[in-house]
Amino acid sequence: MAEPLLAVDRVTCRFGGLLAVNAASLTASKGRITALIGPNGAGKTTLFSIISGFIKAGAGAVRYAGQDITGEPPYRLARRGIARTFQIVQPFVGLSVRENILVGAHLHHRTRNAALAVVDQIGHDLGLGELLNRPADTLTIAARKRLELARTLATNPKLLLLDEVLAGLNPSEVRDIVPVIRNLCGRGITILMIEHVMQAVMSLAEHVFVLAEGCIIAEGAPAQVVADPVVVEAYLGRGAAAKLGASHGR
Amino acid sequence: MKALIPTAAVLALLAAVPLVVHSNVTLNFLVVALMIALAGQGWNILGGYGGQYSFGHAAFFGTGAYVTAILQVRYGVNAWLGFVAGIAAGAALGAALGALTFRSGLRGSYFALVTLAFAEVLRIIASVAPITGAGVGILMKLDLGVRTLQFQSRAAFYWIILALVGASLVTAQLIERSRFGVWLIAVRENEDAAKALGINANGVKLAAMVISAGMTAAAGCFYVQYFLFLDSGIAYGTWISIQALLTPIIGGVGTVFGPLLGALVVKSLGEAAKLLAGDAPGLDLIIYGAVLVVVIWFMPRGLIGGFAQMRKLLTRGPAASRAAEAGHG
Repeated sequence: MAEPLLAVDRVTCRFGGLLAVNAASLTASKGRITALIGPNGAGKTTLFSIISGFIKAGAGAVRYAGQDITGEPPYRLARRGIARTFQIVQPFVGLSVRENILVGAHLHHRTRNAALAVVDQIGHDLGLGELLNRPADTLTIAARKRLELARTLATNPKLLLLDEVLAGLNPSEVRDIVPVIRNLCGRGITILMIEHVMQAVMSLAEHVFVLAEGCIIAEGAPAQVVADPVVVEAYLGRGAAAKLGASHGR
Repeated sequence: MKALIPTAAVLALLAAVPLVVHSNVTLNFLVVALMIALAGQGWNILGGYGGQYSFGHAAFFGTGAYVTAILQVRYGVNAWLGFVAGIAAGAALGAALGALTFRSGLRGSYFALVTLAFAEVLRIIASVAPITGAGVGILMKLDLGVRTLQFQSRAAFYWIILALVGASLVTAQLIERSRFGVWLIAVRENEDAAKALGINANGVKLAAMVISAGMTAAAGCFYVQYFLFLDSGIAYGTWISIQALLTPIIGGVGTVFGPLLGALVVKSLGEAAKLLAGDAPGLDLIIYGAVLVVVIWFMPRGLIGGFAQMRKLLTRGPAASRAAEAGHG
């Protein structure tokens, strides 16, 4: 197994009386796709927010490329090459698609022309070439997800945190975007994705972590994890695994 | 720089006005309008491009004015130096206020309230502190000359304020085309998304606040050179805070020419309302207010935004634009 680019070590985060993330540890190996799954409210997005610097962890450490990055602000992390997308897409609605991507491209390109060249390239790669002049608020949900991805990619990330990029897409749109994500991984970008669309997780991820009620309850290869009784119970309730097993047995 | 041609054309046109117009009343009107345009452009950098709506730009206007006046009257500093020091003091105040408010995460209406409160505190201090002349105010000695930056002719003042407005227009245009400008607009549109894309949102807002404060302070410095009198109500009064935000909002927030256009329209409107109202007290303000409400009602993005909308309607035809509107929904 390759050396982990990202290592989250026993991170804990508390919101008042709610323990959102409880001593969760996970790793993302360089150049691979790792998935983080779990039922609603498990704390996946909170964990993402901690990794990307938007929320400060109460305890624990985050290491990236061998360095401790715990508590660094998001913009510094982005400069280090950690980029995230948002579960609820956050386009700059007053701007065109081109201007949206330009914001990301400017991170490593000072001059407008160099940044615009990056925008054209990425827009083309993600199938947004025709839409570059459109205002961002006229896009369909699928195109907005692509825009979110494009803008993030324009910052030239090494580690990409994808928070449910497939949510809200219909099956054919999911089929369209899965190869795009696989292609990113092929370009050497390490991906950690939160995803509910299991079909995509099964086909994309090499390693899966399962978060439930703030704790990592299982990890392993996708096929192995979905068969784990602990995971089944986390989704369907206590005793569900036994009942399922019984009904299968019958 | 092909993009600067329209700006140069507008400035050249305005610069020619005193060659044709010799009426002191008209020139005085234009000088004041341009001064407001400069203050408004300052507000526009922070509010229009950065989305941080300040209700207290009087803090910068007044500080610029007071520093310019006090340095000359009390310390005998050269007028030009005083002018530059006034701008620097305004910018420094912007840096301090920005560091306080942005560091503590104040946004939206909270930011507006804090800036308003800050300007009011300064007004109260200036109305009692001996160095500002307290309630009496500061009267600058009339001493005509280039060295003292005082002129007999209104045209000279007109060209000075026009040069300052020109510099502010070019600054706005350069910001718009630069990486800093792209980042500033991104922060306005969505601060969290901007941070995720590697933008130091607080740093960008702070830089915008410094530029913004410096510009509005320059308007204050000019005010005192032109009128040679200052008191706390003029320097830190809400009138200038309101003028500074009203002109870009009427003209078009986040546009290069918005504040200039807005200032000319707003000042003309004020004068027209006075003519229309005759002697009835307060009627001019009612007319003035009503027209402003109507403008904002029909052109929420200001005159420049309204023109752009109309041009789109005319060139694409009503059917096409209706389809586009439907697409928006």
